[in-house]
Amino acid sequence: MAMAKATITGTGMSDIGRNTHRPAMHHLAEATERALARAGLTLADIDGLCTYPGKADNSPGMSPLGTGEVRGALGLQTRWHCAVPDGPAQMAPIMVAAMAVMTGQARHVLCFRALTESSSQGVGRRASVAGAGKAQIGGWLSWLVPVGAMSAANWAGWMATRYFHEFGMTRDHLGMVATGQRAFALANPAAVMRKPLTLEDYHAARMISDPLGLFDCDVPIDGAAVVIVSAADAAADCRLPPLRIEAMGSALRSSESWDQRPDLTTMGAHDAAADLWARTDFKPGNADVLALYDGFSIFVPLWLEALGFCGHGEAKDFITAGNIGPGGRFPVNTGGGQLSGGRLHGFGLLHEACLQLWGEADGRQVADARTAVCGMGGGFIAGAMLLNRD
Amino acid sequence: MRPLPELTAESSAFWTGGERGDLMIAFCDACARAIHPPQVVCPTCLSRSVTARAVAGTGTVYTCTVNHQPWVPDMQVPFAIAVVDVDGAPGIRVTAPVTGGDPAAVRIGQRMAIRFEPADGVWLPLWHRLGHDPDGEGA
Repeated sequence: MAMAKATITGTGMSDIGRNTHRPAMHHLAEATERALARAGLTLADIDGLCTYPGKADNSPGMSPLGTGEVRGALGLQTRWHCAVPDGPAQMAPIMVAAMAVMTGQARHVLCFRALTESSSQGVGRRASVAGAGKAQIGGWLSWLVPVGAMSAANWAGWMATRYFHEFGMTRDHLGMVATGQRAFALANPAAVMRKPLTLEDYHAARMISDPLGLFDCDVPIDGAAVVIVSAADAAADCRLPPLRIEAMGSALRSSESWDQRPDLTTMGAHDAAADLWARTDFKPGNADVLALYDGFSIFVPLWLEALGFCGHGEAKDFITAGNIGPGGRFPVNTGGGQLSGGRLHGFGLLHEACLQLWGEADGRQVADARTAVCGMGGGFIAGAMLLNRD
Repeated sequence: MRPLPELTAESSAFWTGGERGDLMIAFCDACARAIHPPQVVCPTCLSRSVTARAVAGTGTVYTCTVNHQPWVPDMQVPFAIAVVDVDGAPGIRVTAPVTGGDPAAVRIGQRMAIRFEPADGVWLPLWHRLGHDPDGEGA
């Protein structure tokens, strides 16, 4: 017998910013209050807790809060809690929480992500660089960082080089991703980058890791976001229509590596997305809004292709045709994305998609949005999710 | 300061072969599969008999990037990083910085050769374009 599908019943984001110097827990408490208010729940209703990756010092400010501290600070009495350091990363806690509520481990699971990368960078510790300040490094990072590839900008950069080489994409196309998302951010008071961005501005910015420049990279911020995952029957407790998690996909058919995947014009996203569609009768054409991981602009065309919105190598034409920006048929990252909204490791993108499905996206609302496709992660990290409002 | 790789049972041969100038790649003794990053078990046949062997130390650029951002204070920029398909190890790529000449001149398909620089007990790989001076300036 098929189990009733899990739902998302509330989301919330703190006031995010750069160099806020606020404690991570303040951001988290604020995001929690907002998510509870949106859901029509109280803290006493929360009986589950989940996060990615758990308290970690992979890079400064990347994950200052674990489940232990959050249980304590929020006074939670949980029936189930879990942190997920491996797996499909950004989306992993949502997926694990969905499985928890479907198997009766909890009714309302608070999933959270908190970051203080901006403040950590501001006090002289370089954010966004894995292993910075350490003498030695192990695991998959040891094949990158010691050979000069210290930043994910390098890893995404060499994927972009190969993709450009095979398919004739240029920086103009990535510039359309960046400027299109900035246009969305102008209509989102919560976004951190709120000055207009032209293609000329994009090309004039400094290079980071060729062919990726400054505006191809997302923005480190301080902030937190919360997503409440609820059992199907528990959703009746809530204020808003539940968003059913129609399908999830996190298949991975290559190794834990940024340089060994046989075809680096694809990534784990392609495996996860194929698995997503294998689990549902929905098709890409059913999507009203898209939330696609944009840690770097190049991930957006790769996710578009992975999810089947266009064929392999066709994303440049799909983007040029105006599909993904304001007014497009498949608007991507309508809150500005991480490129202009700030990096909440996918949680911000998912929050925005949920606002759209609830009709709460104000000046950037996509008319009668009912179905969202979310793809989170880059390289070998990938999780895909389909959300639907009846 | 740039972190150095931890030496493990899997990885020691790769990171120390440079002392002899050798690019060491792990191969399965049972089915001959090349394995990189190296493992002590073959993912094709689960053999625990895996041996690192020196390969030619040449290859072809699969992709590359030129890093312009000084991620740590002592980093000299710009420099190219190449992801290189290694001769004699099918399906295996070795990623390393490129020395010699203009970083912007590194292209997909160029032939490369390896050498190594010592760093506190490990030997880090460096690619250069085959036939070019690895310490040279200019294009």
